[in-house]
Amino acid sequence: MTAISRGMAPLGGFGGRVRRFWRAQPPFLQLLGVLLLFFALAILLPSAAVAKVMAPQSSWPLVLFYPIGCYVLLALGLNVVVGEAGMLDLGYVAFFAVGGYAMALLATKQHWNFWVIVPGGIILAAASGLILGAPTLRLRGDYLAIVTLGFGQIIDQAVNNVGWTGGPQGISSIPHPPDIGHLSIFTYQIGHDRPYYYLILAAIFLVVFLISRLKNSRVGRAWVAIREDEDAAELMGVPTYRFRLWAFAIGASVGGFTGVFFASQQIFINPGQFTYAISVLILVCVVLGGSGNMPGVILGAFVVAWLPERFRGFDKYKILFFGIALVALMIFRPEGLLPSRRKKAEMADGAGGGGMGAALIPASLEVDQ
Amino acid sequence: MLLEVDDVHVFYGAVEALKGISLQVAKGEIVALIGANGAGKTTTLKMISGVRPVKTGKVRFDGQDITHMPGHKRVDLGLCQAPEGRGIFPGMTVVENLEMGAFNRKGSLTEDFDRVYDLFPRLAERRKQVGGTMSGGEQQMLAIGRALMARPEVLLLDEPSMGLAPKLVSQIFSIIRQINAQGTTVLLVEQNAVQALTLAHRAYVLEIGKIVRSAPAADLLADDSVRAAYLGGDLGASA
Amino acid sequence: MHLHSFVTQFWPSTVDGVTLGSIYALFALGYTLVYGVLKLINFAHSEVFMVGTMSAMWIMHFLNISAIQSGFALVGALLLAALFSMGGSAATALALERVAYRPLRRRGASRLAALISAIGASFVLQQVFEVYYSNQYSNFPRLFKHSTLFNIGSAQITTDRVLIVVAAVVMMVALERTVALTKLGRGIRAVAQDPETATLMGVNIDRTIMYTFLLGGIMAGVAAVLWNVRFEQTRFDIGFLPGIKAFTAAVLGGIGNIRGALLGGLIIGLLELYGASVFGSQWRDTTVFVVLVLVLLFRPSGLLGESLARARA
Repeated sequence: MTAISRGMAPLGGFGGRVRRFWRAQPPFLQLLGVLLLFFALAILLPSAAVAKVMAPQSSWPLVLFYPIGCYVLLALGLNVVVGEAGMLDLGYVAFFAVGGYAMALLATKQHWNFWVIVPGGIILAAASGLILGAPTLRLRGDYLAIVTLGFGQIIDQAVNNVGWTGGPQGISSIPHPPDIGHLSIFTYQIGHDRPYYYLILAAIFLVVFLISRLKNSRVGRAWVAIREDEDAAELMGVPTYRFRLWAFAIGASVGGFTGVFFASQQIFINPGQFTYAISVLILVCVVLGGSGNMPGVILGAFVVAWLPERFRGFDKYKILFFGIALVALMIFRPEGLLPSRRKKAEMADGAGGGGMGAALIPASLEVDQ
Repeated sequence: MLLEVDDVHVFYGAVEALKGISLQVAKGEIVALIGANGAGKTTTLKMISGVRPVKTGKVRFDGQDITHMPGHKRVDLGLCQAPEGRGIFPGMTVVENLEMGAFNRKGSLTEDFDRVYDLFPRLAERRKQVGGTMSGGEQQMLAIGRALMARPEVLLLDEPSMGLAPKLVSQIFSIIRQINAQGTTVLLVEQNAVQALTLAHRAYVLEIGKIVRSAPAADLLADDSVRAAYLGGDLGASA
Repeated sequence: MHLHSFVTQFWPSTVDGVTLGSIYALFALGYTLVYGVLKLINFAHSEVFMVGTMSAMWIMHFLNISAIQSGFALVGALLLAALFSMGGSAATALALERVAYRPLRRRGASRLAALISAIGASFVLQQVFEVYYSNQYSNFPRLFKHSTLFNIGSAQITTDRVLIVVAAVVMMVALERTVALTKLGRGIRAVAQDPETATLMGVNIDRTIMYTFLLGGIMAGVAAVLWNVRFEQTRFDIGFLPGIKAFTAAVLGGIGNIRGALLGGLIIGLLELYGASVFGSQWRDTTVFVVLVLVLLFRPSGLLGESLARARA
C-alpha cells in the first residue's frame, strides 16, 4: 500500500483497519501482540487439541506442512504474478516441479546438502522463470495464460518421458534435511512432522517479509501501474516488460523454494504430484482470498488446502466445489473474500486486464468527445 | 412532441457526463445540438439510442416511455443513428452495410436501395467495395444511407461533417436538407456550428453536460455571445 | 529421431492427420466464433466437446445399440448419435454463456476474470461427469464395418475416415455459408466488427452472442460424434487435450477466421501425426504444445489473419 492509495481511499478494507489499529497501539502492546502471534502459530496451532478439531483423521502437523503450508507458499508466489503484476499464469506448477526435481536430483545424484539445494532450487526456478518469461511476457493477457498452460504441459510430458527424471515412476529415497544440533524440533525424519511445520512457517514469514518490502518499493508501485493500466504505465516511462519479467521470476523462485521443501519432506516425488490441477487450485487460493492482498491469499490457501483434509468425502468433490467457487467469485465478488483496498477500487472502476468486449456493455468507460 | 428528453442524468463510473438534459424534437424539424468538445453531445445521442444507460430522467418517443428500452428495439420504433466516426462495418461491402441498416425490417428493400442510391450516386458505383477501404466522405454517405435504410422517423446524426473537405461538407448538408424535406425528422450533433445553425430550425447549446441555451437557429446564429463562444474559430474555416 | 519411420509411415500418418485435423477444425470453430464476437478465449469449450461425446455414447448405451448395424438402422443410429451429441454440446455452450460469461459481461469484467470463470466452469463440468459416470473410459459402439475402400501409398482409406472428413467438410461449408449469407451471419459479423454500431442498427447483441455460442456448440457436437466414431471411447477429461489442440488450430489459422480454423486444424492434425512418427508417439502431444507456444510467440495473428471482421463471404 503506497502513500497514494492511503490518501486516495481513506475508508479502507479489512486490512487497512487492522493496520491502523495496530499503529495506534503503544510499543509494549505491539510486542505482546507479536509474542501472542508467535505463541499461537508455534505452540497452539500444531497442538493436539487443535488437531482434534482441524484434522481428526490425519497428522495435523503434517497437514500443516502439506498441503496447507506448501499451498500458502505457492499462493504467495503466484500472487506476485497474478495479484501484483496482473498476469494470469496457468502453468505455475512447473516452477514447483523445478524446485522439487532440483532437490530430488541434486540430493540423490550429487549428494548435495539440503541447505545448499535451497538457494540452488530458487536460482534454478528463477532462471526457468526468466527463460519462459522473456519471450512470452510481451503477449496479451489471455494469450499469455494459454502459453503458460502450454509450457506447463510440455514440462509435464518431458518429465514423464525423459530418462534422468525417472519418468512416471519418479525419484525416491530423497534425503531429509540434515538435523540442526540435537533439538527434537530440528530433527527431520518420517513420522516426526512438527519440525517440517516450523521449517515451512519460517519460510512463509521470510517470503511475506520480502514480498511486502518489495511491494512498498519502486518495483511494487510499478506493478500497480502495470496492473491498472499497462499502456499508461508504459507512456509514463515504466519499463513494463522488465517489471513483469521481475514479477514472473520472483513468483517462480517462490515456487521453486516450495518445491525443495516439498521433495525433502515427501522423500519421493513423481510427475503425478505436479499436475495442471495444482496450478488451478493455487489460482483458486489466490483469487478466493483476494488477489494482491497477502493476508487474503494466505487465508484462501488455508481454506483450499484444509477443507479436503478435514472433511472426508469432500476430496472427491473438491475440484467440483472449487470450480463452482471460481465462477461464483468472478460473478459476485471478483475482488475475493479479503480484498485489498486498492483491488476493491480497481474492480469497481473496471480497471485491469482489459475489458471483455468492453463495447458490448452499455455502461462502458469511454469518454465522450 | 416526437422525441422528448426530460431531465436526464448519465454517468460514466463516478463521472456525471450529462447533468440533467431536457430537449424536445417535433415532427419534421431539424434540431441541432452544438457545443465544445466534451460537452456531452455524443453522449446525448448515444443515450437517446439506448447505448448509454440513463441514471435518472425520462426519454419519450411518440409519447411512449423508452427510457429503459434496449437500444436495438428503438431502431424498430424509428430511431436510427449514423454514429460518430461513421461506424462503417469495415469487413462488409456497401450493399451489406446498407442491408445492416434494414436489419430488422421485413419485405423487399429494393425501394430503399433505390432511394439511397438516388441520394448518393457514389454508393451505387461502389456496391461491391468493402467498407474499410472507402474514403471518409464515402463512408459518411454510407453511414447516412445505412441509417435511412431503416426508414427512420427520427434520424440522429453525429458529426456528419467530421474530417471532410469543405466542399463535401456542404454536399452532405444539402443532402440532409433533402432527407428532411422528404419527411424525416433530424437531430444533428455538430461542432461545425455555423453549418449546423444554417441548416437547422432550432438548436440547443450544450456546455459540460448541461443545456445552456435553446433558441431558433437563426437567433443563435445572430447572437454575439454565441458567435464569440462557438462560431468564432469556425467562421473562416468552414463557412 | 526416426526419419526412417517418418518415410515409411508417411501416407498412413497423412491420412490419419487429415482425419484428426478435420475433427480439430470443427472443434476449433467454437473458439474462433466466440473469440470473434467477444474477444475472449472460451476456455470451457473443451467441455462443450466432452459433453457431446458423452451424450452420443449415452444414447447408444441407453438404447442398447452395441453391434454393427446396416441399412436404415445404421443411418438411424448415426443420426441419433449425432443429434444427441449436437444437442448436448449446444445446451452446454448455451448454459456456459448464460452462467459463466453473461453476468461478467454485464458488469464489464476483465478478460482475465472471464478466463478464470471459464476455468471454474470447465472443472465443474468435468467433475460432474467424473462423479456420475466414473473416471474410466466408456466405449462407443462400432456401428459399421471400417472396411478399406482404396489405398493411397501404404495408407488404407477406410469408410470411417471418409465419413469423418466428408461430414466435417460439409459442416464447415454450411457454417461458412451461414455466416457469409444469412441475416444471422450478418448480425454475428456486425457484432464482431463493431458491437455498438450493431446495436444502433437494431441487432440484439445478447441474442446474437447466444446464437454464436449455439453455432460453436453444434460444431463441437459434430466434432464430438466424429471423435467417437474414430476413437470409440470417451471419458470426463476427453476434451482437455483436443481442446488445447483445437485452440492452437484456431490461433494458427487466425482466430476469428472461419477458413483459418480449417487450415489450422489440418496443419495441427498432420503435425501431430508426423511428430509422432519422427519423435516417437510419446511426444505427439508435446509437438503440438511446442507449435502452440511458437505460434503465439511469433505469429499470434495466425496464418490467414485474425477476425470474423475480415471474413467477408
